[in-house]
Amino acid sequence: MIRVVLPAHLRTLAQVNGEVALHVEGQVTQRSVLDALEARYPMLRGTIRDHATRQRRAFVRFFACSRDLSHELPDASLPEAVATGAEPFLIVGAMAGG
Amino acid sequence: MSGVRVLVGTRKGAFILTADAKRDRWDIDGPHFAGWEIYHLKGSQADPDRLYASQSSAWFGQVIQRSNDGGKTWEPAGNQFVYDGVPGSHQWYDGTQHPWEFKRVWHLEPSLTDPDTVYAGVEDAALFRSIDGGQTWLELPGLRGHGSGPSWQPGAGGMCLHTIVLDPSDPGRIFIAISAAGVFRTDDAGRTWRPANRGLHSQGIPDPAAEVGHCVHHMAMHPSRPAVLFMQKHWDVMRSDDAGGSWHEVSGNLPTDFGFAIDVHAHEPNTIYVVPIKSDSEHYPPDGRLRVYRSRTGGHEWEALTNGLPQANCYVNVLRDAMAVDSLHPCGLYFGTTGGQVYASADAGDSWAPVVRDLPAVLSVEVQTLP
Repeated sequence: MIRVVLPAHLRTLAQVNGEVALHVEGQVTQRSVLDALEARYPMLRGTIRDHATRQRRAFVRFFACSRDLSHELPDASLPEAVATGAEPFLIVGAMAGG
Repeated sequence: MSGVRVLVGTRKGAFILTADAKRDRWDIDGPHFAGWEIYHLKGSQADPDRLYASQSSAWFGQVIQRSNDGGKTWEPAGNQFVYDGVPGSHQWYDGTQHPWEFKRVWHLEPSLTDPDTVYAGVEDAALFRSIDGGQTWLELPGLRGHGSGPSWQPGAGGMCLHTIVLDPSDPGRIFIAISAAGVFRTDDAGRTWRPANRGLHSQGIPDPAAEVGHCVHHMAMHPSRPAVLFMQKHWDVMRSDDAGGSWHEVSGNLPTDFGFAIDVHAHEPNTIYVVPIKSDSEHYPPDGRLRVYRSRTGGHEWEALTNGLPQANCYVNVLRDAMAVDSLHPCGLYFGTTGGQVYASADAGDSWAPVVRDLPAVLSVEVQTLP
């Protein structure tokens, strides 16, 4: 299972506590993880990626294994530790105050 | 027993204030959607338990929330707002062309007759409609397709469609207002639109009397007299007696004719309210005195309403959607401030008291009068 950590506001929106565990078919990439996340929680559509372009929203970042993966290609494989569930995939709101 | 439900949108969540018909003791529920900007929330006249809320943030974009129990519980609805066809471009602040980009929903206006039909005024300016309770949204593209779109430009708050007025006597007629383009009217339920700005005069655009380009801040109508519209423009309080065919100024003796909010008494179609604000760019009450002004003559002659409002050192703003009336007797009047106060008057503005003093900055106030 893929472990995903949502920012607090999206946990509230999706009505989940703690991490989300997702089953992802095939290659584990940003796109496949986010597709699985949005399929499970449709209310998150448009809040992480743009509805139409599927591009990451400007104030959202993706971290894993102490690395910033925000600018990796959507179809690039995520780290093996994410794919095995050893490490979570972190969806983070940019540190921009508020 | 009858009462009121006041729906308050703020920079950091929504609050629901309720009271019985005396309107002297209030229950305050919230924050709902804590931490998110709630530009607007409004209830359906056809089903008062059906509420819609516009929830947005710079981080996570736009969410629409819907309640079927008067705001006790909420569920996310659809949040996909896609412009019809190629969005095109509008004027940027410097006069260059800038692509149309969806940013947020400023105003939600439920149908007068169907709780599942609701209109959304958005930034960058366009009008959307849902007929399935907010699950799916389609643009009414005739507005942007009017042809003047490339000349529309953003005001300080962005290029927003912020006002939607439905004509209760004619289901096909809708008025909308855009900053800064002006008023448009449809008589065929949104298929075609025409500008309704004749008589407006604005500085800051090359032709002060242009057909399109005016920074209209808000409009109000009394449902018994739908051909009469009142407008608070960037400068000037205006009135139309022919459904927007022409406008004339009714600012009269106001201390400043700049402001954002305007509304009409529930039982007196010629009694109107504004909150004069100092500008350019100060955007707080003149002399630090928070005063609502009331005209019982449909404009021109105004009286200051100050009883219970701070009359020294007050430097808050009252935004365009942040004033509303109930339909009890006497008429109740409510407004919220950027300082987080919501003031209420249960006697048509003669006296005021704060319902709550320390909310986040108030973006919108709507009222439901409950049976």
